Amino acid sequence: MAKLNLNRVPMPRQDPKKRAKNFDEVALGYSLKQAKEEASRCIQCPKRNCVAGCPVDVDIPEFIKAIGEGDMPEAVRVLKNKNSLPGICGRVCPQETQCEATCSLAKKDAPIAIGRLERFVADWERANAGAARPVDPPKPKGKRVAVVGSGPAGLTAAADLAKLGHSVTLFEALHVAGGVLMYGIPEFRLPKEIVQAEVDYVVSLGVKLELDAVVGKLATVDELLNDGYQAVFLGTGAGAPMFMNIPGENLNGIYSANEFLTRVNLMKAYRFPEYDTPVKLGKRVVVIGGGNVAMDSARCALRLGADKVYIVYRRSEKEMPARREEVENAMEEGIEFKLLTNPKQMLGDEKNWVVGIECYEMKLGEPDDSGRRRPIVKEGSEFTIDVDMVVEALGTRPNPLVSSTTEGLETTRWGTLVADEETGKTVKDRVWAGGDIVTGAATVISAMGAGKRAAADIDRFLRR
Amino acid sequence: MYKILLKQDLVPSIHLFEVAAPAVAKKARAGQFVMVRIDQKGERIPLTIADFDQKEGSVTIVFMEVGTTTARLALMEAGEAIADFVGPLGLPAEIKKFGTVACVAGGVGVALITPIARELKQAGNKIVSILGARSQDLLFWEKELGAFSDRLIVTTDDGSYGRKGVVTEPLKELLESGEKVDRVIAIGPVVMMKFCSLTTQPFGVKTIVSLNPIMVDGTGMCGCCRVSVGGETRFACVDGPDFDGHEVDWDLLLARQTIYLDEEKCSFEQWQKSHSS
Ligand SMILES: Cc1cc2nc3c(=O)[nH]c(=O)nc-3n(C[C@H](O)[C@H](O)[C@H](O)COP(=O)(O)OP(=O)(O)OC[C@H]3O[C@@H](n4cnc5c(N)ncnc54)[C@H](O)[C@@H]3O)c2cc1C
Ligand SMILES: Cc1cc2nc3c(=O)[nH]c(=O)nc-3n(C[C@H](O)[C@H](O)[C@H](O)COP(=O)(O)OP(=O)(O)OC[C@H]3O[C@@H](n4cnc5c(N)ncnc54)[C@H](O)[C@@H]3O)c2cc1C
Ligand code: SF4
Ligand code: SF4
Ligand code: FES
Repeated sequence: MAKLNLNRVPMPRQDPKKRAKNFDEVALGYSLKQAKEEASRCIQCPKRNCVAGCPVDVDIPEFIKAIGEGDMPEAVRVLKNKNSLPGICGRVCPQETQCEATCSLAKKDAPIAIGRLERFVADWERANAGAARPVDPPKPKGKRVAVVGSGPAGLTAAADLAKLGHSVTLFEALHVAGGVLMYGIPEFRLPKEIVQAEVDYVVSLGVKLELDAVVGKLATVDELLNDGYQAVFLGTGAGAPMFMNIPGENLNGIYSANEFLTRVNLMKAYRFPEYDTPVKLGKRVVVIGGGNVAMDSARCALRLGADKVYIVYRRSEKEMPARREEVENAMEEGIEFKLLTNPKQMLGDEKNWVVGIECYEMKLGEPDDSGRRRPIVKEGSEFTIDVDMVVEALGTRPNPLVSSTTEGLETTRWGTLVADEETGKTVKDRVWAGGDIVTGAATVISAMGAGKRAAADIDRFLRR
Repeated sequence: MYKILLKQDLVPSIHLFEVAAPAVAKKARAGQFVMVRIDQKGERIPLTIADFDQKEGSVTIVFMEVGTTTARLALMEAGEAIADFVGPLGLPAEIKKFGTVACVAGGVGVALITPIARELKQAGNKIVSILGARSQDLLFWEKELGAFSDRLIVTTDDGSYGRKGVVTEPLKELLESGEKVDRVIAIGPVVMMKFCSLTTQPFGVKTIVSLNPIMVDGTGMCGCCRVSVGGETRFACVDGPDFDGHEVDWDLLLARQTIYLDEEKCSFEQWQKSHSS
């Protein structure tokens, strides 16, 4: 066997100083040469350990082999056979805990950069439109399925069902499809043009997209079931923001991350006034939280022109749930981390604008239910940070719009829907669910995996 | 796209559209609203459903020109189409037999209260309406609201029509008159709803107001529309827009409505410039 090559081809990125001032994509993508070089490191393991780490079973060795051979149309075909949204996954999957974690070369600390290669293939396809080998349209089976919510779970379920020959209608409350991919994850990590192209691909499979359609307010799930849909998949996500419930939280200048990111990404407030939705341009900004959402908010605030952006997080760096790569990107760009710090209250001026945030220092105690060490307040440690804007990125929970208007669904005390892990089947007849609505806020790829499994089960049901 | 079927200028700065939106019309109830976005670059703004016709598949909105979006809407004509028209959002107004209900409307609020008055009337209530405007040339739908009212009092701030003064004066007299009023519904500018609530509080008459904080999505996912009611934070787009006026933190609402004053001004000036050239 040839000697193992342990040199991962690094990802070219925009310079931190420059990128902190624009919304262009941070990671620039491989060239064909770089992609081929990275692909050549793959040893084509017969055991396919990498595939075991991918929730949608991408045929990883095969698509990498095609890249190595320079057969890009084949790489596209293999990849898209299992994954309808490769340009998205290649960018935002937490590969380090998924496919790259199980890659045989991970033991040597040099897993194949599967995500980067996946991104390369997807970008190649977009740049060479029409080059992919067409898929044979399936024979229509005369069954109708309603998919509610067009985030990664809904898009995947819709695409898979359409590929299986069912006629699918995808209902989306907002004016564009994509869910968090459109309104949450910022342009500089996931360009909206790419999301739109992958949504268009799903539509090209024959999926009928109904935008501006708030299920529960327009038709209810029961009405869909009575109105000719044989099955319904719920992929409505976990989009309702949580607040801390501390004094001063409703002051002007305090945003939930959802509002801030929706204004910036979905409504394109970073291009105000060309786009008519405004957002405040904070000069001294505190973002509360330690997940991807907090990193995205902080980096958006910086790009909108803030002089100083702090992340305030109550535990230590080790416990931060954000992807490592994004924490590093944020640090490189100059975001300051105030760890083991927790807000006590927000301070305002006489016009109701936030001017400060009073925080406690924290220390870590015994592990809690989540296995992470519980943060404890250090009494008497209060200090104040001067701010003119605060973004709370404390997590989200499912919007009750659908569960509260549908008879016979079972919800947990966190408001998530109860559904079978393997099939996505809920306790209600002919209704499936998957993605953040079931798991609470999780990842793009886990939502896609759930969409895929549910589509397979819906297909089994419809063929009975 | 949602086609404008009919346009009517109610007064020079207040307009009515009937918009083709069959699915919304089918589910609409009095007190609910829609989110409107004119085009790709436009803002999403909330407008109340002033009427709906299930047979025609149309929804009526009435809006006052106050900034960029409403000024741009005002230039649209029947036959043109609006990119997005999402609804029906929010909870419907509570309709049941209360007894006597005073419906107090200020300015454009008359368009929002009329469908509620109609349903309350159908539910067997006695309706006493008080309609206020700054002056006669801003007054509309007197007849429409009158049609569902057992009694209608009109006020103008400058006395150009009806009684001179503001709506709280006849409201107070009504409560003092000894006539039993079981509920008050007040819809209009925030200041007007605030003072109506202050007027009714000493009489202990439950007063429902329709809050209009700034909104983005209108479906409960951003928290922009948060208001404080009875000391609790609520989202007006999903928990409202109707709330008990005696429990609303009015100063907070007023303050939060000013968040984007500078940006709204900038947007409007920019639009005027591009529009006039
Ligand atoms: C800022 C941010 C950054 C993130 N970064 C990453 C990352 O880097 N990597 C990663 O893997 N994950 C990331 N995540 C998490 C990931 O985006 C989510 O886990 C994933 O999008 C969940 O997919 P979903 O399909 O379940 O729901 P969503 O993406 O939330 O989509 C749900 C859709 O349903 C619609 N909907 C809701 N209610 C209704 C209704 N009643 N009728 C019709 N439509 C409705 C919503 O408008 C929405 O479009 C991030 C999340 C956020 C918020
Ligand atoms: C649930 C709800 C229902 C509404 N129904 C109607 C209706 O039926 N008819 C109607 O004319 N208006 C209604 N409004 C108010 C309407 O949404 C605003 O007038 C509109 O958003 C202004 O947009 P603009 O771009 O034209 O002006 P902007 O430039 O955004 O604002 C101009 C001025 O209006 C104020 N303003 C901005 N947003 C609001 C708001 N949400 N409420 C009140 N003032 C605001 C600003 O402070 C500013 O002074 C409603 C608001 C809500 C929340
Ligand atoms: S979809 Fe995600 S987990 Fe699967 S192979 Fe691609 S990057 Fe890895
Ligand atoms: S486990 Fe790693 S090296 Fe082996 S086939 Fe998969 S990607 Fe290639
Ligand atoms: S407008 Fe976003 S939650 Fe109400």
